[in-house]
Amino acid sequence: MDVPVIELTDVRKSFGPVDVLKGVNLQAFAGKVTALVGDNGAGKSTLVKGLAGVQPFDAGEIKFNNEVVSLTTPREAAAHGIEVVYQDLALCENLDIVQNMFLGREEVTAGTLNEGIMEREASETLQSLSVRTVSSVRQKVSSLSGGQRQTVAIARSVLKNAKVVILDEPTAALGVAQTEQVLSLVRRLADSGVAVILISHNLVDVFKVADFVSVLYLGHMVASLDVKDTNNDDVVGYITGSKTYEGKNA
Amino acid sequence: MTSTPATPPPTIGSGHEGNLGDQFRAYFRNLRSGEMGALPALAGFVILVILFSVLSSSFFSPLNFANLLTQAATLMMLAMALVFVILLGEIDLSAGVTSGVTASIVVVLIHNAGVNWIVALVIALVVGAAIGTFIGFFVAKVGIPSFVVTLGLFLGFQGLQLIIIGSGGAYRVETPELVAIMNSNLPIWLGWALFVLAMVIATAIAFFDRNRRTRAGVPNRPLSLLALRLGAIAAAGALFIALMSLDRAASRGSLNGVPIAHDAIEGVPIVVPIAVGILWIGTFILDRTRYGRHLYAVGGNPEAARRAGIKIGAVRIIAFITCSSLAMVSGVFDASRIGVVTAASGGQIVLSGVAAAVVGGVSLFGGRGRLIHAAIGALVIAVIANGLGLLGLPAGANFLVTGGVLILAATIDAVSRKRAGGSLLRT
Repeated sequence: MDVPVIELTDVRKSFGPVDVLKGVNLQAFAGKVTALVGDNGAGKSTLVKGLAGVQPFDAGEIKFNNEVVSLTTPREAAAHGIEVVYQDLALCENLDIVQNMFLGREEVTAGTLNEGIMEREASETLQSLSVRTVSSVRQKVSSLSGGQRQTVAIARSVLKNAKVVILDEPTAALGVAQTEQVLSLVRRLADSGVAVILISHNLVDVFKVADFVSVLYLGHMVASLDVKDTNNDDVVGYITGSKTYEGKNA
Repeated sequence: MTSTPATPPPTIGSGHEGNLGDQFRAYFRNLRSGEMGALPALAGFVILVILFSVLSSSFFSPLNFANLLTQAATLMMLAMALVFVILLGEIDLSAGVTSGVTASIVVVLIHNAGVNWIVALVIALVVGAAIGTFIGFFVAKVGIPSFVVTLGLFLGFQGLQLIIIGSGGAYRVETPELVAIMNSNLPIWLGWALFVLAMVIATAIAFFDRNRRTRAGVPNRPLSLLALRLGAIAAAGALFIALMSLDRAASRGSLNGVPIAHDAIEGVPIVVPIAVGILWIGTFILDRTRYGRHLYAVGGNPEAARRAGIKIGAVRIIAFITCSSLAMVSGVFDASRIGVVTAASGGQIVLSGVAAAVVGGVSLFGGRGRLIHAAIGALVIAVIANGLGLLGLPAGANFLVTGGVLILAATIDAVSRKRAGGSLLRT
C-alpha cells in the first residue's frame, strides 16, 4: 500500500470532562474514498473539525504525505489542501455560485475583484467534475436545489487543488436522483486523484462509492476495512458495538 | 463569441452571453423571481412625483427639486450609513444621536475653541469612527446584540449631547463653508465639469472591466447594453444639471416691461456631488472589493463566512466604523441645513433612516441590498414630506403616509419573494 495522504495516529480530543476522541487512527489515500461511519456521538464531527483546523486536537500525530504537520487553524488546513464540505453546506444563499466558490479566497487584481478569472475557474471546475445540473455560474445559491447546492459545495472544495476533501453527510437531505448525482460526483472527485473522506450514515451509499470504511465507536476507531472484504452486517455490528474487530488498527 | 479563441467557451453560462434581447429577458426573469431591488421604491417615487405634480402647482419646479434634494440629503446619508450594518443583519440605533453628537462637537469646537472648521470636521470624524469602533467591539468581540449596544448608546448619547451643548442651548452654524454645503450651489460650469468627469470615469471603469473579462476568456455583455446603460445615466444626469442650471429664484416681476433685478439661484446644490461621491465610493467598495464581498457573505451566512476563513469580527467592526463615520457626515449636513445645532439634533432621525433603507429594498435580515436602494428610499420618504407640506396637510398626515409606504414596501417585497419561492418549489 502506498503512503497515505493524511494519517492520524492516536488522536485525542476532550471537552472538559468528556473524552470524545480516545486515541483514533485514520488513513486516507489519494484517489480513494474512505468512508467514516459511526453512530451519533461516536466522534465523527469532532474528528472532522480537528482535520479542518476548526477545533484542534488535544493530542496525537497528524502526518501529511508522511510529514508531521500541525492543524490548528482553518488556514493551516487549507494550506495543506484539506477542504471540508459540511453537512449544512456553509454556503451564502445571498451570493451566487462563483462568489461562494471563491469566498475567502477571491481573485483580486488592481485592488478590485477580478470577476472574469473567478468566473472562468468556477465554470472550469464544475465542468471538470462533469456537472450538468447547473445552467449558469451566476445563479444565486438561494435558487438552487439541495443537490445543486451540494454540487457547488463540493466544487468549491476542489477549486484550489485540494488534496483531501472531507464530505460530511453529503446525501443526508437529498432525494433519490440527487443522491445518485452526488455519489457519482464523489466518485469522479476521487478518480481525479483527491483523497476523499466520506462521512455517512447511509451504508448503501458507503458500499456504493467507498474503497475503505473506518468505523468509530464511542471515540475509538474500532475497525478499518477494505470494502471488498466486508459486508453490511459486519459494519453495522461495528457501529453498534455488537461486534469487535480483531485486526490491525483496532 | 469570437473574442475567446484560447479556451473553449464554457458550456455553463454566466449570464453575460447573448444579445441585448437575451439580456433584457434575463433581467425580467430575474425580476419575476423576486429580485426586485429598488424597483418598487423607484416606481413609488415616480408615482408620488406625478401625484404631487398634479395636486400642487409649485411641486414640479427646479426650486422645489433643489429643496427636495437638500431635505433628502441628511436622511439619505444616514440611510446609506445604516446600510453597512443592516447588510450584516445588525442595526445601529445610535446612528442618529451619533450624527447629533458629532455635529455638536463640530460647532462647539468652532465656537468655543476657535478651531479651524476643517480640523473640527476631522476631529468629529475621528470621534465618529471611535464610536463605531466601540459599538463594533461590543458586538463582535463581547457578543452583545447590536440592538442592545446601540440602544444603550442611543440613550447615553442624548445625555452626552446635552453635556456638550449645554442644557437648552443651541449653537448657530456660522462657518460659511459649512453653511454653504446645503445653502449654496456649484457654479454652473463646475456642475457640468464634474458630471463629465464622472461619466468619463464610469466609462473607463466599464471598459477596464470588459477588458479584464476578455483577458480571462469569459464572455462580455453586449456593448450595446453598456452604451444603453451609460447613455441613460448620462441623459438623466444632463437633464438634472440642466434643470438645476435654470434660475430658481422667484421672479420679482417686471416694471414697465423690464424685469426687476434679483440674485439668481442657479447651479447644482453643493451637497449633491458630496452625496453622490460617497454613494459611488461606497458602492464601489461593496461591489468590487474583497471587503464588500465579505460584508455580504457575513450578512448572508456568518458561519459559512467564518469557515471560509473570513475574519468576521473585523468585517463587523469595520462596518460599524463606516456607519458611525457616515452618520457624522449626515450630522454635518443636518447642521448646515437647519443652521443650528441643539441638544436634540439627530435624536429622531435614525428610525426614518432605517425606514428609508427598508423602503428602498434593503433587507433587515442582512445580506441583501445596496447603497442606492437606501438613497432611493430616502428620496421617497423626503418626497412624501415635501409634497404633503406643499399641499398644506398637517404633519400628522406625513407620518401616517410614511408609515403606510414603509409597510407597503415591505409587503411588496415579501409577496414577490413568496411567489418566487412558490415557483421555485414547482420546478
